[in-house]
Amino acid sequence: MAKRHKRFEVLERREVNKDGFVVEWPEVGMIAMGSPNDPEPSIKIANGVIVEMDGKSHDDFDFIDRFIARYTINPAVAEEMMAIDAVDIARMIVDINVPRARIVEIFSGLTPAKIAAVMDCMNVVEMMMGLQKMRARKTPSTQAHITNLQDNPVLMCADAAEGALYGFSELETTVAVTRYAPFNALALLVGGQTGRGGVLTQDALEEATELQLGMRGLTAYAETVSVYGTEPVFVDGDDTPWSKAFLASAYASRGLKMRFTSGTGSEVQMAYADGKSMLYLEIKCVMLTKGAGVQGLQNGSISCIGVPGGVPGGIRAVLAENLVTTCLDLEVASGNDQTFSHSPFRRTARTLMQMLPGTDFIFSGYSAVPNYDNMFAGSNFDCDDYDDYLIIQRDLKVDGGLLPVAEEDVIAARNKAARALQAVFDELGLPRITDEEVEAATYAHGSQDMLERDKVQDTKAAQAMMQRGVTGIDVAKALARRGFTDIATNILEIQKQRVSGDYLHTSAILDANFKVIAAINDLNDYMGPGTGYRLGGERWTKMADIRQALTPDDI
Amino acid sequence: MPEVLEASPVVEMELRELGEAKVGTSLNEVVIALAPAFGDKLKKQTLTGIPHAAVLREIMSGIEEEGLKARVVRVRRTSDLAFVGHDGAKLSGSGIAIGIQSRGTILIHQRDLVPLQNLELFPQAPVVDLETYRAIGRNAARYARGDSPSPVPQKNDQMARPRYQAISAVFHIRETSFVRPGAAPVELAVSYGPTKPDVTETL
Repeated sequence: MAKRHKRFEVLERREVNKDGFVVEWPEVGMIAMGSPNDPEPSIKIANGVIVEMDGKSHDDFDFIDRFIARYTINPAVAEEMMAIDAVDIARMIVDINVPRARIVEIFSGLTPAKIAAVMDCMNVVEMMMGLQKMRARKTPSTQAHITNLQDNPVLMCADAAEGALYGFSELETTVAVTRYAPFNALALLVGGQTGRGGVLTQDALEEATELQLGMRGLTAYAETVSVYGTEPVFVDGDDTPWSKAFLASAYASRGLKMRFTSGTGSEVQMAYADGKSMLYLEIKCVMLTKGAGVQGLQNGSISCIGVPGGVPGGIRAVLAENLVTTCLDLEVASGNDQTFSHSPFRRTARTLMQMLPGTDFIFSGYSAVPNYDNMFAGSNFDCDDYDDYLIIQRDLKVDGGLLPVAEEDVIAARNKAARALQAVFDELGLPRITDEEVEAATYAHGSQDMLERDKVQDTKAAQAMMQRGVTGIDVAKALARRGFTDIATNILEIQKQRVSGDYLHTSAILDANFKVIAAINDLNDYMGPGTGYRLGGERWTKMADIRQALTPDDI
Repeated sequence: MPEVLEASPVVEMELRELGEAKVGTSLNEVVIALAPAFGDKLKKQTLTGIPHAAVLREIMSGIEEEGLKARVVRVRRTSDLAFVGHDGAKLSGSGIAIGIQSRGTILIHQRDLVPLQNLELFPQAPVVDLETYRAIGRNAARYARGDSPSPVPQKNDQMARPRYQAISAVFHIRETSFVRPGAAPVELAVSYGPTKPDVTETL
């Protein structure tokens, strides 16, 4: 172009134009929903066994088909459910007069292609209505990421306390340096139980280490067990559906909560989508999770969000995958956990899809630290967005899982957590935490405000701590000896959960009294206005009470 | 991207196939294993537009700076970076190889590691610049010599995902279309073409 239109020149400088977009390319699977290569729904059952699924005969099944056909789909009802028109199933999802249980029953007999066909009948508002009805736990909630660039344990502990205060039910950390893993788990445990008793904590790591930390009682749950929708991608990770199911049972047998992780876009990103749409492949992941007997799934594209985010209808597909998860009666931790866009409008629009209807965990990691400290490569919202998020909740009277907090309460909780960790380190013979570090962690925005620690000494001590077999009980004892009785009691209560196992029920979280809130005692009973979760009472009063609002006396 | 071209006048190279790559015997060599489309297919540039010729020359210079020899091979059976790098390491006399994909994603691999491990991995192609490619060459050479160098410092850009992830996926799919299952790796002779064309014209 010889001469540019000035408005286009302005537009090109906008944040949204820093994002990357691509056109659909169905032959390789670069398409969100409805690839021409997606199969047509079909099912054939002989002697109670599925012998044909979505146009493929049993002999041609890959290992994912085989797993789903054997363990997920109920052959007793499959023919009946497959006979219902996709559009009729979609209408039942939206229809307030059809109870959640009926949808769950129907989905137990559907094939992947049929579920994809149902989703393709729905627009995003209908999907949100579906999510509102279909999420397993009546009370919505959310999860935080707590990490930092330096793996600084004092800061991590203070950040965990602050996150718990804001109302996150789960806190997830990971490492910058692998050898720090035990310290990160320890810092999160102590900080989380300082902020609010009953917060569940996890440390996303290589699978064996993650399981070991859980068995030691240094973490309370796990979620980074990844599954994929095509065989080559699975094989690339040296895994099969059976190996993942085995790992899941290892957690269950130790009384540890866990969920799988998957998401649209992973197969096409690995160049092995087989020409299938992102949603179709993700539906297979959800069904595989169901078949493995796992209670829940983290999805919503997760770390591949830039892929569906780059194609037409991609964010609709991401919402659809969350909805499918709930229709299969699984807990959903619904994404929103990775940097998605430069544009604040796109970031918000993407999150409203889960925030407005509510899910078990709207974010499966809201960054409760500044994004520069986020070791999951950044989240869609971070701690600098708290006020925006809280005010959106208040504007819409929607429970996004967070509550406003008072600055002095945050400072007090951070300080207490940092001092508690200082005491634990001292009692367990770990490298000293100085008073200066406690002070810095109390007021820090992020790791840039912290004093540098001796990382060689820290990582050595972290390894030694594992070799010595330090457990959650040792941490509780250390705290009790130093007078932090309340935190010690909370950590002991967390250990007890693995014995009672009540929090293995679908969508379980714990309240401040360690009472399990799950789909078993808080089952979503939404059937239109006047039913289901209603934001009100004391919680709404707290949510409405933001520090920015002036009273008549202020004016 | 004029700033890239100015920093790296080399924009062209010729890759000549010399037949099937053999296992090297020289302890002084570092293999650079190119993914199927690197250097002579598609647009011959990385995700951020750095010419492949400039990238390869920086890596080779880094290796030579440490007094070692670079040997370039093309892996054809896979586009997966872990396996490209590991195949290269198995061919390398020193046991050390650098694997690189067309989009610019790069790692340092070692023969005795399992394929999904590595010595150093640079997963975010968009933040790897020419200086870093050279440093990766230097570090690979140091590993080959038996040293334990400090890892090359990595940049991290939280917003690389929204900017590049979808484009990167397409890039990788296009490279994967050149995969020839079972094909043996081939030895390559590299000769660098003229520097930036407009510069040569004015000289």
